[in-house]
Amino acid sequence: MTTSSALYDVPGPKALARHRLYGGLALLVIAALIGWVVYMLFHTHQFTYQKWMPFEYRGVQDLLLRGLGNTLRAFAWTVVFALPFGALFAAGRLSDHRAVRWFSTLVVEFFRAMPLLVMIFFIFVAMKVQPLWALVAGLTLYNGSVLAEVFRAGVLAVPKGQREAAFALGLRKTQVMTYILVPQANRAMLPTIISQLVVALKDTSLGFLITYEEFLHAGKLIATNLDYDLPFIPVVIVIVPVYIGMCLLLSWLARWVEKRGRRSPKVRGGAPIAKAGVVMGLPPEAQ
Amino acid sequence: MKVLTDNFSIYWHGFLGTLELTVVSAVLALLLGVLTASFRVSPVRPLRAFGTGWVTVLRNTPLTLLFFVVVLGLPRFDIVLPFFTFAVLALGCYTSAFVCEALRSGINTVPSGQGEAARSLGMTFGQTLGTVVLPQAYRSVVAPIGSVMIALAKNTAIAGSFSVVELLGTYRTINELGYSILWTFVWIAVGYLIITLAISAIFNLLERRAAVSR
Repeated sequence: MTTSSALYDVPGPKALARHRLYGGLALLVIAALIGWVVYMLFHTHQFTYQKWMPFEYRGVQDLLLRGLGNTLRAFAWTVVFALPFGALFAAGRLSDHRAVRWFSTLVVEFFRAMPLLVMIFFIFVAMKVQPLWALVAGLTLYNGSVLAEVFRAGVLAVPKGQREAAFALGLRKTQVMTYILVPQANRAMLPTIISQLVVALKDTSLGFLITYEEFLHAGKLIATNLDYDLPFIPVVIVIVPVYIGMCLLLSWLARWVEKRGRRSPKVRGGAPIAKAGVVMGLPPEAQ
Repeated sequence: MKVLTDNFSIYWHGFLGTLELTVVSAVLALLLGVLTASFRVSPVRPLRAFGTGWVTVLRNTPLTLLFFVVVLGLPRFDIVLPFFTFAVLALGCYTSAFVCEALRSGINTVPSGQGEAARSLGMTFGQTLGTVVLPQAYRSVVAPIGSVMIALAKNTAIAGSFSVVELLGTYRTINELGYSILWTFVWIAVGYLIITLAISAIFNLLERRAAVSR
């Protein structure tokens, strides 16, 4: 908040009183909003026993847990496939051979430009793949392509002297890449990679649209059940914090890794934190 | 080619739907984004907290879940609007969080001397932000906002699964008519490419025009 405090003076007694007034008004508006939501929740009878009863059932709990498991499974497969995909195409884009470079650029740019959902639907409908693998394939192609850009930006951000020194020692280009550039780039890229994984985790919910039985799908099954008096709002109250919590945990991990990397003396003088967005224009979290 | 010429009106309808959805949501996202960004840098603490909460929650919510909540949840509160409006609300709010973050980092790139000079002239917070800092932040913000808008255009595809007429949804109709599924998707992809390329062209132009005055 160093620069933003340049936007206004240190408030004197009058300004302070005015800020308090504005703050009080803002609080009132926010409180009115929350109050309205709570009122509507009670007004539309969202807290009746009948609507919350299904969560006591073993079957419903299992359904939700299975959905969560499926979400995490899709996420795990995506991570397993997308990281090598990204590494492969990043290497391809940095290759000395023109044909390989052009092919990799084409693939990466195409999959980044296509809406993820179009790819998932194409794989699901046209290629008749099972929902899980259609979802994982779509997520892998998209996130793998974005990761390829992150990796490429990271490797390019390693100071040029490192590469030149390695060549001067007589290392071959594969050795330069694997022993010198990647290990240094790796530390700098890790936070960006993790925040891209947050995007992947969020996008697993697209599986809902191709009837993959993930967390949101399980929620919808419960929410549309007439026996439980259509407990839509209770389902939302249960599901939303879980999703946000999972994403926040991963985001925090990214920030923690970033902070630790900045503190660790080993990394000092290494590559600056890579940002794919700066190089290619598309911020990884924009999806 | 036959798939396109035979079904041109279906495609055209879907294309216009996607375009309309993109433009209206973009306007909403920009308005909300500017508003929350100014909340986040304002001297009033509750507003700052609100801005932070807004961005944190929306950035960590999957868009599909947001659609699910807005399209199916708001009617439970007796708020019944057309599906198009629901889709605009979901997309606009979601995107506004990213616009806000782009703006905030843009505001941070403006040298602090500018804000200090404005203050020393006796300008209020609103004047400092509106007439001095934001116009300068605009330059460094154009490119990131452009990528956010491209992401928004791509995200409109989700609306098709929530009863809104848009480009991806046309595949169902055309598929039922028995046309080649591969070509159906090729033309859908072309439609999206036209929109995203147009957006990036517009923002490149804006960026170039903003750069002249530097």
